[in-house]
Amino acid sequence: MIYEAGKYDVVVIGAGHAGCEAALAAARMGCSTLMVTLSVENIALMPCNPSIGGPAKAQLVREIDALGGEMAINIDKSSIQMRLINTGKGPAVQALRAQADKHEYGREMIKTILGQERLHLLMAEVEEIEAEGARVRAIITRTGARYECQTVVITSGTYLKGRIIAGEVMYDGGPGNQFPAVKLSDSLRAMGIRLGRFKTGTPPRIDRKTVDFSKTVEMPGDEQPWRFSYISPPPVRKQLSCWLTHSTPETHRIVMDNIHRAPLFTGVIKGKGPRYCPSFEDKVVRFAHKSQHQLFIEPEGRDTDEMYVQGLNTSLPEDVQVQVLHSIPGMEEVRMIRTGYAIEYDYVIPSQAKLSLESKVVEGLFTAGQINGTSGYEEAAAQGLIAGINAALWVQKREPLILKRSEAYIGVMIDDLVTKEADEPYRLLTSRAEYRLLLRQDNADLRLTEKGRQIGLVDEHRWSLFEAKKKRLEAGTQFLQKTTFTPADSEVEKYLTSKETAPLRDRTSLWEMLRRTEVKIEDYVEQGWIQENQPEILEQMEIQAKYEGYINKQQEQVLRFEKMESKQIPEDINYDEVYSLSNEAVQKLKEIRPQSIGHASRISGVTPADINILLINLEKRRN
Amino acid sequence: MLKEDIVALSTPPGEGGIGIIRMSGNGIIDKISKIFLPITEKELGQRKGFTLNLGWIMDEDGGKIDEVLLGIMRAPHSYTGDDVVEINCHGGSMPVRRCLQRCIDVGMRLAEPGEFTKRAFLNGRLDLSQAEAVIDVIRAKTDRGLKLALQQLEGRNHFVAEIEDSLLRLNAMLEASLDFPEEVGDLDYLEAYSILLQIKERMDRLIVAGQRSEIYRDGLKVVICGKPNVGKSSLLNALVRKEKAIVTEIPGTTRDVVEEFINVRGIPVKIMDTAGIRLTEDVVEKIGVEKSKEVMDQADLLIFVLDVEAGIGKEDMDIYQDIDRKRLIVLVNKEDLDKKNIAPGEIEALFPGVKVIRASVKNDIGVEELEEAVEAVVLQGVLPGDGLETMINLRQKNALIRSQGQVENALQTLREVPLDCLGVDIWGALESLGEISGKTLKDEVIDRIFHDFCIGK
Repeated sequence: MIYEAGKYDVVVIGAGHAGCEAALAAARMGCSTLMVTLSVENIALMPCNPSIGGPAKAQLVREIDALGGEMAINIDKSSIQMRLINTGKGPAVQALRAQADKHEYGREMIKTILGQERLHLLMAEVEEIEAEGARVRAIITRTGARYECQTVVITSGTYLKGRIIAGEVMYDGGPGNQFPAVKLSDSLRAMGIRLGRFKTGTPPRIDRKTVDFSKTVEMPGDEQPWRFSYISPPPVRKQLSCWLTHSTPETHRIVMDNIHRAPLFTGVIKGKGPRYCPSFEDKVVRFAHKSQHQLFIEPEGRDTDEMYVQGLNTSLPEDVQVQVLHSIPGMEEVRMIRTGYAIEYDYVIPSQAKLSLESKVVEGLFTAGQINGTSGYEEAAAQGLIAGINAALWVQKREPLILKRSEAYIGVMIDDLVTKEADEPYRLLTSRAEYRLLLRQDNADLRLTEKGRQIGLVDEHRWSLFEAKKKRLEAGTQFLQKTTFTPADSEVEKYLTSKETAPLRDRTSLWEMLRRTEVKIEDYVEQGWIQENQPEILEQMEIQAKYEGYINKQQEQVLRFEKMESKQIPEDINYDEVYSLSNEAVQKLKEIRPQSIGHASRISGVTPADINILLINLEKRRN
Repeated sequence: MLKEDIVALSTPPGEGGIGIIRMSGNGIIDKISKIFLPITEKELGQRKGFTLNLGWIMDEDGGKIDEVLLGIMRAPHSYTGDDVVEINCHGGSMPVRRCLQRCIDVGMRLAEPGEFTKRAFLNGRLDLSQAEAVIDVIRAKTDRGLKLALQQLEGRNHFVAEIEDSLLRLNAMLEASLDFPEEVGDLDYLEAYSILLQIKERMDRLIVAGQRSEIYRDGLKVVICGKPNVGKSSLLNALVRKEKAIVTEIPGTTRDVVEEFINVRGIPVKIMDTAGIRLTEDVVEKIGVEKSKEVMDQADLLIFVLDVEAGIGKEDMDIYQDIDRKRLIVLVNKEDLDKKNIAPGEIEALFPGVKVIRASVKNDIGVEELEEAVEAVVLQGVLPGDGLETMINLRQKNALIRSQGQVENALQTLREVPLDCLGVDIWGALESLGEISGKTLKDEVIDRIFHDFCIGK
């Protein structure tokens, strides 16, 4: 029995990291929004590692924040430790990483969701997405409730036909022993959407009280009051440490003795797993020459003794997992609380989505997060945000928000997803970004907050803080560029000598002097040469001055890149009728339907000749 | 993209009395003005369309490369519809190539195959019905060009592949330390330095080899030398089989270097006849003699002509002193005459290990054997070199030079700039190198990270 339960602009299926961002963005942009989840207790669950950030991921979190998303604010509320990593390697790859109190993270997110105007929460399993023609019309739950809607955002994570595997034990389930979503896969297939199957895994969890920390190395957080969000207040709470240990030759022997029981090697697991997050047994086999692998013991929260063993993700049988743990220094007596497992799940082959994350197959249907074949909370949240924004813009009949590769890591990720064929879950890396030096975590607000404001997601509070910052930055930069010294200034000479750098030869501005490695902007403050003292402003000016040469180099590359990006390919182009395109190019172009010439040129199998032919054809159409 | 300034050689390389370099784009007149010295005082920029301008193309140091006629066609009245300039250089591919290189130096880009035609089409200069013909040309040229270039590279040696592999490895090392700091740790600077150095050295060798490979494209430079009246010009004519050099019985009539392009069994050969080298008071001839010595120094192969009737005298041995013996073929001419003043065994004693051909050029005897010997020199790799004479074209050479520039930058800044900035150069070097093989190497770097390092906490 199906009954009419309500009408919404946007329905979000799933309440993980993608779902939360999607639902909050849509509601904040003025859409009536329904968020459907299998379990209200598991909103914003971290079923794997209890941490957020790191290289490329920190940049994503900052970008989410700059656009008006929630992840940064939420982790600032619930972190138990923060560290800035890659500090000596340059501003573009510096990345903040937080350990999260995973329970608090979820609780804080639930509060925000429930407090959000226009956003309704519903616990149910969606069994069917109803489409009329090739357009979304409604969703139907297992209990027969039908919600009519204009758009649907699916953020179902690894729940679609999820199957848990640990050694010989296998059962259908979602992450953390939740119910899997069984029927949604079939509903997607029925609409003509192609699905693939991936695998990922998680390590065992152990009891803090049974760990001998004296045999491990303490990894404390940084003392500086780091935060992810541009608008969060500084953190005040005490930080918790992580602990470093390692596997031993004995550990590796146990793994090898039981390798015939490892589902990865017996052929039980068919889904492709990620290379950047291999199972421990995979590492032992592939890097047999290594006598030990690093393992981090990370707290899962302030009010729990459960700890996460980073580096030990495995689907070995439970009895082997216990033996493995006991062979590790500090864990000889350890008690396992949760068993590690692998999970296989359905995902939507992402080349079926547009750059807006709307499906090319069904109008008004958006997908985000692990269902698009990605991994990582940050990757999921960033896609959720874009899908939520674009669902809202769709309802409002406005142009979708599409970020370019030269503007944001989000742009790099989505472009990669819809363009490249992936045979493993996609993780963002800084090395995937061509214009890495421009896409820094320190300037995400300068890159994106104005866009967030235009689409109506950046609120008054954030906007006024941003405008104030921008003004100070402009004034400070001007001051640095206009204030000059001559070689005759004894004060400067004394300073430069103390820094063991050459004296000035000509009249030099404070800005130019900053290019020297030895010269630091804090020294200017100390010397009383500048009035500005806000660390964020100082940092921004210093980076822009110090790396100006390289930044300019990248900006020139961007100009060349954007010329090709701006050549739009009309949606109704019929590739079969384009004279002389190679067969492979026609097939790929038909599948991916690139939105610009630049986009087309990134598709494997499309040659420079094909691009020239396309250009000529576009011109022909115009005439 | 359409507004970039492009340049290309329009006439087939290596032959013909004239070479035409064509360029198109809105900035070309400004750019060409930097390297063109007009004979009149009028600036190029002020010249109208459809004018011809006499002047010189200048090298970096302000020296004259070639006297040229430069034709200007102003937009939209040109083949492509943009501003077009055509330089008419003198024949002989060296000046043409140097002029082309100068155009690139001042900021023009080598045109893609079919690009002028494409522009003409896009600017509406060609009829729409011609579109498909244009596309066929581009398809054929681009695909075949890339395929050929690749075949040549892969078939001939693994040098580029090895450089590519080293650069990939270096990229992966760097990127892994940035993306997986806790598993991989810091970049090993010493190793990075030695890889960079090795890459740079290999690139240097390849670039030099590329210059040497011009032999295959621009002709093997063969110089005919010998004292006056031994039959050098007759030999040249026999090879060319047409009367161009003035052949007389009076010593010293060939007062300048005469150049001809011939085709010896598929190998392009640029053959040069020198003025008879001898001590002379004649000023005009003296200039010719000096020029001859200069030409001999540049030669890939020397044919030293002796006269069996005149015998081997001091004058012959003076010339022989100046010759690099490794690149020598001795041709004993006038064997048809009865009077022989070279004793049997004398030659072998004087020129040990040198190929000797006995000929009568007048009667076409020995010419065939000489051609065989020239071919053998090329095929057997007697020429100096290390087997790197790959068919590197100008485009590949430019990509290689760009890549090498970035490698040098990286070497210089290795410890001075942070790794993310270093990455700009190291990635740039790989990207430029990728233009040679037509590969997108970004994804390969990521594959290498996972292949070479144990990633995953």
